[in-house]
Amino acid sequence: MAMKRHRRRVGGAPSVRAFRVVGTNVLRREGHEKLTGRALYVADLDVAGSWWGLTVRAPHARAKLLGIRADSSFDWSAVSLVTAADLEKAGRENVVSLIGDDQPFLVAREVQHPEEAVALIAAPTREQAEMAARHLTIEYESLPAELDFERATTTFKKYEILKGRLARAFPLAEHIVTGSYRVGHQEQAYIENNGIVAFPPDPARGGVREVRGSMQCPFYIVAALARLFGEPRERMRVIQSTTGGGFGGKEEFPNMLAGHAALLAEACGRPVRMLYDRAEDMTATTKRHPGRVAHRTALDRQGRILGMEIDVLLDGGAYTTLSPVVLSRAVLHAAGPYRCDNVRISGRVVKTNTPPNGAFRGFGVPQVTFALERHLDRVAAEIGFDPVELRRRNLLADGETTATGQAVADAGASRETLEAVLARAKWSATRKAHAAWNRRSVVKRRGLGLACYFHGTGFTGSGEIRLASTAAVELLAPGSVRVRTSSTEMGQGTRTVFAQIVAETLGLPYDRVETFDPDTALVPDSGPTVASRTVAIVGRILADAARALDGGLAAHAGRKPGKPWSIRDFERATASYLAGGGDPFFCARFSNPSNQRFDDQRYLGDAYAAYAWAATVVEVEVDLASFEVRVLRVTSAQEIGKAIHPRFAEGQLEGGIAQALGWGLFEEVAMRDGRMANGQLTNYILPTSVDTPPIDLVFLERPYEHGPFGAKGIGELPMDGGAPAVVNAIADALGVDLDRIPATPERIAEAWLTKARIRHSA
Amino acid sequence: MKLRFEVNGRKRTAAVPPMKRLLDVLREDLALTGTKEGCGEGECGACAVLLDGELVNSCLVAACQAEGAKVRTVEGLEAADGQLHPIQQAFWERGGAQCGICTPGMLMASAALLAANPRPGESEIREGLAGNLCRCTGYVKIVEAVAAAARAPGAKRSTRKGTR
Repeated sequence: MAMKRHRRRVGGAPSVRAFRVVGTNVLRREGHEKLTGRALYVADLDVAGSWWGLTVRAPHARAKLLGIRADSSFDWSAVSLVTAADLEKAGRENVVSLIGDDQPFLVAREVQHPEEAVALIAAPTREQAEMAARHLTIEYESLPAELDFERATTTFKKYEILKGRLARAFPLAEHIVTGSYRVGHQEQAYIENNGIVAFPPDPARGGVREVRGSMQCPFYIVAALARLFGEPRERMRVIQSTTGGGFGGKEEFPNMLAGHAALLAEACGRPVRMLYDRAEDMTATTKRHPGRVAHRTALDRQGRILGMEIDVLLDGGAYTTLSPVVLSRAVLHAAGPYRCDNVRISGRVVKTNTPPNGAFRGFGVPQVTFALERHLDRVAAEIGFDPVELRRRNLLADGETTATGQAVADAGASRETLEAVLARAKWSATRKAHAAWNRRSVVKRRGLGLACYFHGTGFTGSGEIRLASTAAVELLAPGSVRVRTSSTEMGQGTRTVFAQIVAETLGLPYDRVETFDPDTALVPDSGPTVASRTVAIVGRILADAARALDGGLAAHAGRKPGKPWSIRDFERATASYLAGGGDPFFCARFSNPSNQRFDDQRYLGDAYAAYAWAATVVEVEVDLASFEVRVLRVTSAQEIGKAIHPRFAEGQLEGGIAQALGWGLFEEVAMRDGRMANGQLTNYILPTSVDTPPIDLVFLERPYEHGPFGAKGIGELPMDGGAPAVVNAIADALGVDLDRIPATPERIAEAWLTKARIRHSA
Repeated sequence: MKLRFEVNGRKRTAAVPPMKRLLDVLREDLALTGTKEGCGEGECGACAVLLDGELVNSCLVAACQAEGAKVRTVEGLEAADGQLHPIQQAFWERGGAQCGICTPGMLMASAALLAANPRPGESEIREGLAGNLCRCTGYVKIVEAVAAAARAPGAKRSTRKGTR
């Protein structure tokens, strides 16, 4: 039953020395705590004297807030209540600091979406807090709301990417194929809900405000709290507790929650725990942006793409949050890993009166990848081409340019992943077998679907240069090293792979490197834990810091740097270095090693320092009585530079593929009056072990010369292409066209019956 | 009520309302926070424990239903000398735990499965864990871990002992 996997290096990769720790499957750093139940997640923290905090939320999509009245018959003496008026009185800035500065912590005048926070309550127990909330009367005057993003007129952000001249390409075209594709929301559905514990300002520590909880980006919270309270960042101390999954859902939202908890802690003078239950987490927090992507594609007789016109429209929800950045990544990936000289990509993200959409693994790329990869199958069908052959003729080769004109040295990895996955999935033989099987089968049909995709590593354009992230290592007696970064562990393996990178750099054993969950009082700002940047970007900075340590220690010991240390020599040198008063801290800062250049105004140039590439094949069986889809097999080839920890890399890819299949098949957010109507795991359907198929992975490794030991970012890549691959497989099985996900049985039935009616009337 | 039951082989009592969720009794009254709450409605399995050897979602069990019962939680999987249970060891080695929040429930479901079926095939493992949601792994490494645990020496004995 063990899944077989191939790992090979392809192409002209530079030869590298044999690694001792990198590339091995060392045990997860915090594994023992997690397996024994000792790991402390935010809900497990025993906080003496803490009160329970809760949020009172608006029922309307849009409304004027007329007044908040506390029932005078209720005993409010043991309750703290915070509203926007209190913030105003105290001179607090009622703005969740992010890109647009348009989102308040608490509604002051006008509600912009259902479940928006209107008041905060803290009481000694949850029951008392809930009782108090029932004694609060809030009056609203309902206002007309915009709930349909396709009709919405308020734009948060627009982008346009131009390459070549479309007007020249289309008149020359043998074929012009158009299509419009729609994708729905997706809930991150980490199994640990959002939760924060905040402590009141501590006069004994200079008024420090401490916050602990489940999060991806501790320094984002520092910035948000500093702005809210109008105090220096140094006074905010943010400590990550063991975090039960994030997937983007704990990127920006915890800023809001931490602000709420900190406000209540200050109001009641006690620690306050705010732990969302599943319903609150699902209805009130961010989701993947729904969208519509339209394609108009010009091709010549040989099936080569001459021109691509792509229009991306995303639903941002009620506030700007991260939407401009999501849109940016969406347009930058909208033309896919394909060669095309004439491209116009326009993108727009609009406002609706629904809870703000935000970061979710893939960050705009799954939306545009679904559209493009589904569209290419439609193109193939319309021009009478094999879908594989169509992609083969158009995928980028080494050194060819993307839509922004970026020449990517290893772009040919896109072709290599395609050929690898076709071979591994026995594409041609399976298709033949399906044709025969489908002729015999009465109630079931089988099909095969393909998707090719890529994902840029790290922040877009000049983002990493502006971030200028820092990481440090600390030398400890008698001879070990401690990693200090703000990158969070949320399951992906940050702590383990960082220890591997530092150990390998110094030539020390894995267990000589310590790691811990970030505490902003103890770690430098390594940037947020997002954008597939942790290993490839922060890991590289960390390797630089480890090299600085090696250099310092080697100079002290009078030996050549860059040589693996024996434990004895390392301990000796450490003892003497530290005894001599040597500084134990070695820092490094992002240095733009790839010399990336991007024009942020015209959206031209090196959008990303590196790309990881993938091709995925999905095999399905569709039941024609129930239109239920069974995914029989997933085969995926992913080029990731270098797997620092192969088993964790597999885990990332497998988990991402499962999320992508869920989004493509059954994760449907049903919106009613702008509010999620199925905000519970009973009717928002996540893939179970039975729904998720065996996943056969092929790793390709073309080392990225500026990543640590060749690693590229891989966290989001697997999320990007699973949905189009599975929908293409359904379309193949039934001979139908599907342009919307999730492809629920109802939608598949509709497509099938439409096809039957057309055939019948013809 | 004064709840009397046995938790991880130790006799325990707790003064609790009879309808208090077993999950909260374990976490709040006994400070056994290894058992997690994911959804509170019996869908995700993060709170799964063994009640007289049977796998239950402790968020759906009232304290009074545990009266006189033997409860086993993730904290009771290790041997007295701290040695990990073969299922825990297999999850660690195979990468069956990522963020770890589903892990306690997943381990208890695996223990229940292996107690009932010491050498399950892949589809039996998938069926046996279908009540436990994991958002990180795509289940591949979890299924591998359970299969590896079933093959591990001593797995059967310690699982059986543990589920009584």
